[in-house]
Amino acid sequence: MEKKKGILFYLQLFWSTFTLSAFTFGGGYVIVPLMRKKFVESYKWIEEQEMLDLTAIAQSAPGPIAVNASILVGYRLAGFPGAVFTITGTILPPLIIIAVVFVFYNAFKESSAVSAVLRGMSAGVAAVVVDAIVKMAVNVVNEKSIFSTCLLAFSFIAAFFFDVDVKLILLSCAILGLAYSLFMRAKNKPADDVKGDAK
Amino acid sequence: MILLKLFWSFFLVGLFSFGGGYAAMPFIQEQVVELNGWLTMNEFVDVVTISQMTPGPIAINAATFVGMKMSGIPGAVAATIGCVTPSCFIVLFLAYLYYRYRELSTVKGILKGLRPAVVSLIAVAGFSILQMALLGAKAQSWLAIDLSGFDYVAAIVFAVALFILRKFKVDPIYVMLGSGLVGFIVYYVAG
Repeated sequence: MEKKKGILFYLQLFWSTFTLSAFTFGGGYVIVPLMRKKFVESYKWIEEQEMLDLTAIAQSAPGPIAVNASILVGYRLAGFPGAVFTITGTILPPLIIIAVVFVFYNAFKESSAVSAVLRGMSAGVAAVVVDAIVKMAVNVVNEKSIFSTCLLAFSFIAAFFFDVDVKLILLSCAILGLAYSLFMRAKNKPADDVKGDAK
Repeated sequence: MILLKLFWSFFLVGLFSFGGGYAAMPFIQEQVVELNGWLTMNEFVDVVTISQMTPGPIAINAATFVGMKMSGIPGAVAATIGCVTPSCFIVLFLAYLYYRYRELSTVKGILKGLRPAVVSLIAVAGFSILQMALLGAKAQSWLAIDLSGFDYVAAIVFAVALFILRKFKVDPIYVMLGSGLVGFIVYYVAG
């Protein structure tokens, strides 16, 4: 790990992830290009190709992508202490904002005006979520891989109709995916690469 | 000990939510609504709504909200730390492998299997949010769906919002603000 010591550097790491996190609406897929802009283009701390690889790692690991990417950037730039500064910078803004929102939510949830707004919004949220699901499902089907499409169908049937435990579904699909890619490699045919997700 | 319970529940959410974005939603619902009863399904939908309007990942937003509700700021901090702890270990381990071997094809194989499953699980969670919006309640199973509370206004808002999102690719935040405004007019001013 390349280490650039000095308290100012750590503060700059903290502050850059803090501002990115505070002003990024719309989740992980939005923050990654912004991080690239800041760390690759403005500061030139990380190479373009390496940032792409770090993004792939962030997407491979469980947990919020914004958090994963910030851990990786911090670790890459200043080792473990760097990761501590960037992860703190990333989680503080939502923590503070939601804590404040919660106080207002509690104070206003009995208000019929607020509950009318929330009730209308819940139909909008349902539309936003359904739109995201359609995009994601289309992406999976567009891979034109029978394997992926079958997994999509089977896991949906298992979860929706048979109420199978979600963790069991994830674990079995992970094992199947691993077995499939090893099998394809043994047949000397590379398994199709995982493409970028859409939100 | 509620702080430990919060930490552990959100640790599991962080551990199993692969793929970012909405991937955490089914696990948050499972832990928070179904297993522990910390939020009602209504409050859960409110948390998802608030998450759409504020910066930050939905898992962290939910962790903070639930933590605040159960035991104030210490609860919010415990749940949020729980949520990011699995990420820390797994991401640093993957980074170590990457810098050592520059090779992630096994991980990509696992992801190939996980992605369709994640989409299905989000779809199931999305369906319960849709039920809450249109029927005002979530059925215990798909066999028990009760259409008596069907809300025509919500159905129209949902259909129009979905159409606008798919056709014009607008920022979801405007769709949310618009449906909130319609809700205010229909349920509060007119109702």
